[in-house]
Amino acid sequence: MHSYRLTHLKELESESMHILREVAAQFDNPTLLFSGGKDSIVCFHLARKAFHPAKVPFNLLHVDTGHNFEEAITFRDMLVKEYGANLLVGSVQESIDTGRVQEETGFYASRNKLQTVTLLDSLEKFKVDCAIGGGRRDEEKARAKERVFSHRDEFGQWDPKNQRPELWNIYNGRKRPGEHFRAFPISNWTEMDVWQYILLENIPIPNIYFSHEREVFERDGVLYANSSFMRLKPEEKPFMKRVRFRTIGDMSCTGAVDSPASTLEEIIEEVASTRTTERGTRMDDKRSEAAMEDRKKEGYF
Amino acid sequence: MKEETSGYLDMDLLRFTTAGSVDDGKSTLIGRLLYDTKQIFEDQMEAVQQASAKRGNGEVDLSLLTDGLRAEREQGITIDVAYRYFATPRRKFIIADTPGHIQYTRNMVTGASTANLAIILVDARRGILEQTRRHSFIASLLGIPHVVFCINKMDLVDYDQATFERIKRELDDFSSRLEVHDIRFIPISALKGDNVVTRSKVMDWYQGPTLMYLLESIHIAGDHNHVDRRFPVQQVIRPMTTEYHDYRGFAGRVAGGVFRVGDKVHVLPSGFESTIKSINIGEHDVEECFAPQSASMTLTDEIDISRGDMIVGTNNLPETSQDVEVMLCWFNERPLQAGGKYAIKHNTRDARCMVKEVMYRMDISTLRKADGDPTLKMNDIGRVMLRTTVPLHFDKYQRNRYTGSLILIDEATNETVAAGMIV
Repeated sequence: MHSYRLTHLKELESESMHILREVAAQFDNPTLLFSGGKDSIVCFHLARKAFHPAKVPFNLLHVDTGHNFEEAITFRDMLVKEYGANLLVGSVQESIDTGRVQEETGFYASRNKLQTVTLLDSLEKFKVDCAIGGGRRDEEKARAKERVFSHRDEFGQWDPKNQRPELWNIYNGRKRPGEHFRAFPISNWTEMDVWQYILLENIPIPNIYFSHEREVFERDGVLYANSSFMRLKPEEKPFMKRVRFRTIGDMSCTGAVDSPASTLEEIIEEVASTRTTERGTRMDDKRSEAAMEDRKKEGYF
Repeated sequence: MKEETSGYLDMDLLRFTTAGSVDDGKSTLIGRLLYDTKQIFEDQMEAVQQASAKRGNGEVDLSLLTDGLRAEREQGITIDVAYRYFATPRRKFIIADTPGHIQYTRNMVTGASTANLAIILVDARRGILEQTRRHSFIASLLGIPHVVFCINKMDLVDYDQATFERIKRELDDFSSRLEVHDIRFIPISALKGDNVVTRSKVMDWYQGPTLMYLLESIHIAGDHNHVDRRFPVQQVIRPMTTEYHDYRGFAGRVAGGVFRVGDKVHVLPSGFESTIKSINIGEHDVEECFAPQSASMTLTDEIDISRGDMIVGTNNLPETSQDVEVMLCWFNERPLQAGGKYAIKHNTRDARCMVKEVMYRMDISTLRKADGDPTLKMNDIGRVMLRTTVPLHFDKYQRNRYTGSLILIDEATNETVAAGMIV
């Protein structure tokens, strides 16, 4: 007797491929938000699977804070070249230069919050009616309430208390002109699932996810990469350390972890035994108990 | 932790929903499951400790782990379906935590629609309430294969066996009218941890499994229909490159049965028959695909097939009709309009429909037809006859959750206003 049993990774993969195909079918210009981070890389990989042997039918959009890890940008460009993808870039620097947003100042200055304006402007400029993101419900408690097809009003706002019920695998992407959707194909994945899947499918990722020697400094118990984007306090002294990154965001708000893990197997073991969440290294979430909810309502990823 | 890194190729996925009345301790139970399986991280725990202290709660309030929205934390209630994740070396779990308030029943229906299992909490001091009946009925209506009644707060009734047995008997009587074939009962205390992950030391009269053991071991591979072959087409894939010049693949997610290369298939609505030439999942050619896999298939004949069509087995066709009878859960503040027109989504097929007749409204507490006005208002459930603009190809919901389900959309607001289970 044949066993028709799927492993959890293969079941998640099937669900995500189905979602990506629904996005392609229901929208005119769906676009994949692509940061060069592992979640957006996995989304792209799933899209390749969903539409093989045809090309991925989505443009890629990178909301560029200008505070990038060089390695992530190199990886992004390599992937775009290899698969002949079409890359769109929305620049936070441009939003600052044109006066759409004002740069934060001080030691904790970050361009994270400014991204929302650049993102919404880019969606309008490129006429994107559905932005596909690598957000996962396990990342943060406001994200745990997010739909797979998530409606945004004409101001790009999310209304968490008035979301459309989402049943079975039927997704309602109907909208009025000027409104748009966010779609989250890997909603049901955890950080662990993503790593296991990267290992299972042998998916290339930027090398800063693996342990490497880097100049860092410590702030509020978190290690940050020393870069020209960071303003150090007098008592903060940079030093060399073997670190890796669990998430890749804006350099000014993404902390490193002290880690010797240099293979996927070692990373998985580390994730399994670690006692803090992935976003525990993100300064942007530490601002208040509802930091993520507030940013999401305004239109953040 | 070693087995988690190597054993992941052998894990499967169980989706469950939790329901209970207000203050039945759902969030505490989920917090307990996450806490006792060490899924709660230090920074989450710190945040919850800080928040509990700020609210002046004596004990650490585990419900703060799941109540994610500001309004929920302020009011101490759960508003929306919250999805939570945890894993043991044997299984990955997805919890759809749904609120118990009567006005949010739509969230319970949403959470139940994809669940393999429902945990229904009953307060040992209060026994069966109207909400208990409502939740059990919804679990049955939504075709959840396994239902576990957790008689909670046993610590507040001195872990009394007679209380547990009495509630169990009442639930048994009531459940005999439901279409759930696997029903279990466990006495627990979510607050103290009895029989959740670890066996209760005080309730030695209970010999059954702990909740966690049940969740880890319950057989779920049979929850999908692997008999009736159903493949709703999502997309037609035409690469139009030199390498794949003639490739014309039909992409979809298998909604039922097993499809093999060489199988004769029937295409709806055209009625043409053909043979499966190839099946691929991504770059890999495979010999077969089965529910719930996403795959693409090519056929030996050039047949006109587009999104919304369905590829099925030749010997076993779904029903095809423009008259569709459904059990309808109504979600919207504006009641269902008899004679009203709505957009309808069934599988990958979009159509419009008219409400021909509301046959009756259910009285949830008696599980019988309600007398009088059959108008369906928010959170009502009733039997309704729809007439669709194009024929739908469907199975009865109790036979197949994917080909037997549909949603209605208000064409003016685009809101999802109802979920329908075809009867």
